[in-house]
Amino acid sequence: MSLDADQVRRVAELARLAVDDAELPLYAQELSSILDMVDQLQSADTKGVEPMAHPLNMVQRLRADEVSERPDRDAYQALAPQAEGGHYLVPRVIE
Amino acid sequence: MTNALHTLSVRQLAQGLRDKSFSALELAEHFLARIKAHDGDINALITRTDAQALADAQRADDALARGQAGPLTGIPLVHKDIFLTEGVRTSCASRMLDNFVAPFDATVVAKLKQAGVVSLGKANMDEFAMGSSNETSYYGPSRNPWDTQRIAGGSSGGSAAAVAAGFAPLATGTDTGGSVRQPAALTGLTGLKPTYGRCSRWGIVAFASSLDQAGGFARSAEDLALMLTAMAGFDPKDSTSAQQDVPDYSAALNQPLAGLKLGRPREFFADGLDAATGAAVEAAIEEYRKLGAEIVDISLPNSALSVPAYYVVAPAEASSNLARFDGVRYGHRADSPADLKDLYSRSRGEGFGREVQRRIMIGAYVLSHGYYDAYYLQAQKVRQLIAADFERAFTEVDLIIGPTTPAPAYKLGEKNNDPVTMYLDDIYTVSANLAGLPALSAPCGMVEGLPVGMQLMGPQFAEGRLLAAAHAYQQVTDWHLQRAEVAQ
Repeated sequence: MSLDADQVRRVAELARLAVDDAELPLYAQELSSILDMVDQLQSADTKGVEPMAHPLNMVQRLRADEVSERPDRDAYQALAPQAEGGHYLVPRVIE
Repeated sequence: MTNALHTLSVRQLAQGLRDKSFSALELAEHFLARIKAHDGDINALITRTDAQALADAQRADDALARGQAGPLTGIPLVHKDIFLTEGVRTSCASRMLDNFVAPFDATVVAKLKQAGVVSLGKANMDEFAMGSSNETSYYGPSRNPWDTQRIAGGSSGGSAAAVAAGFAPLATGTDTGGSVRQPAALTGLTGLKPTYGRCSRWGIVAFASSLDQAGGFARSAEDLALMLTAMAGFDPKDSTSAQQDVPDYSAALNQPLAGLKLGRPREFFADGLDAATGAAVEAAIEEYRKLGAEIVDISLPNSALSVPAYYVVAPAEASSNLARFDGVRYGHRADSPADLKDLYSRSRGEGFGREVQRRIMIGAYVLSHGYYDAYYLQAQKVRQLIAADFERAFTEVDLIIGPTTPAPAYKLGEKNNDPVTMYLDDIYTVSANLAGLPALSAPCGMVEGLPVGMQLMGPQFAEGRLLAAAHAYQQVTDWHLQRAEVAQ
């Protein structure tokens, strides 16, 4: 399996990664060599095998639907690159 | 006496603190001075927390004076910079989090604090724990204390380098595909990856959530047992945390080995294993035979598929986990974004290094429409086959022994050009993560002046047996006592 520069551009866009056009060919080569390696998986006979969902085969534990703690909004927003009046600031979304 | 504090075991240090041979404050100052003197060459730490360390040490001395000290009270340690530490920068070795001061402690950090440890700083690592050589760190690679031209291993390379250089007797790490065991092997330390769910993942920056597990580094299994007893345990804040009681791992160290069945998987001694490294592991197997263990030839037939399965599952989970870095709530934000999409893309493009971007892209690709079944679903099925191999093996044997790495530490820059070459070196370690099993690396020889390790793997929650088996070996050998020159 190999990827070309256009496919890498598309994947990078889906993953929201700004990649310079000049870097696309090298990424294409590296990602293709990784996909070649993982292609060995196709040789495994997995007919009737259940995909593993959890390494301990445990069921997801659920907690009671009760308030257990309240986040400290001011402390967390102090970490934000731009926050104001209890809001996170982003570029205008709606004209 | 005080000049050689960094050569003492944790048990000896705890005894010295109780006997008042030295105080916790003197102990912290000793290690901080060593870091100051030598970390310019090693680059084991990203952030030093001298002031907090001295305050922690003062608290430990108070507890000692009140007679309320536990086995880890006043013992210095460093935390891998993936563990959130309240009020201290937690960078994950990424530009993305270069300015991130954690608002709370990881559960493992809180538990160790509760046990009285003194945290000296935050250890270097591969960016977001993605790497096997510590070379993807935004802060430059950690260097191997045995030869500073060589890698310390990764991803927990700074933690390993710190203990091997005598900067601290203990260090935390995380192990998603070998990130504790591989650096432990390459720096001559004992390192443990516990069973999936044994230690809480709360407050550990997530890489691959079905594989991630906290572990630790020490000079011996005995020291490691003290640390694991303090770190492990159920945590309601981690929904995959195991509801299992934590035994006293130190009390379990002296189980006799006689009658222990030790499996030797033939796939772990095939092509690709450096001859001298293989010989060191074979010699360790012989030592176990002398100690009364029965060596059983076993097969793990799907071993060759563990690296391909891992490099689908781990990047897939990473691409999902790292979606949280958006330039909005915390972390790096690009200047003057044109719109929201530009804000996301440039913040992430600037904040993440190349290896992290490669893995996010591979992950996004294998999860995308049309490829999900062929890659991701197939990898999860192969993962089941790998787990079944171990399950079958553990009906015949108690533990499994083999090499931790194919060869000793290589030179910095040697494997930078092709990611796949580096990935293939993870062949012996990733299967324990895929199957959720505990595994430990312990030093078992030297090859051209560089340490090599043996790996012991066990069934789920067999940490006590692993530590006891390593401890028995360390009672009759002295590989774990070898020290790099800087740590003499």
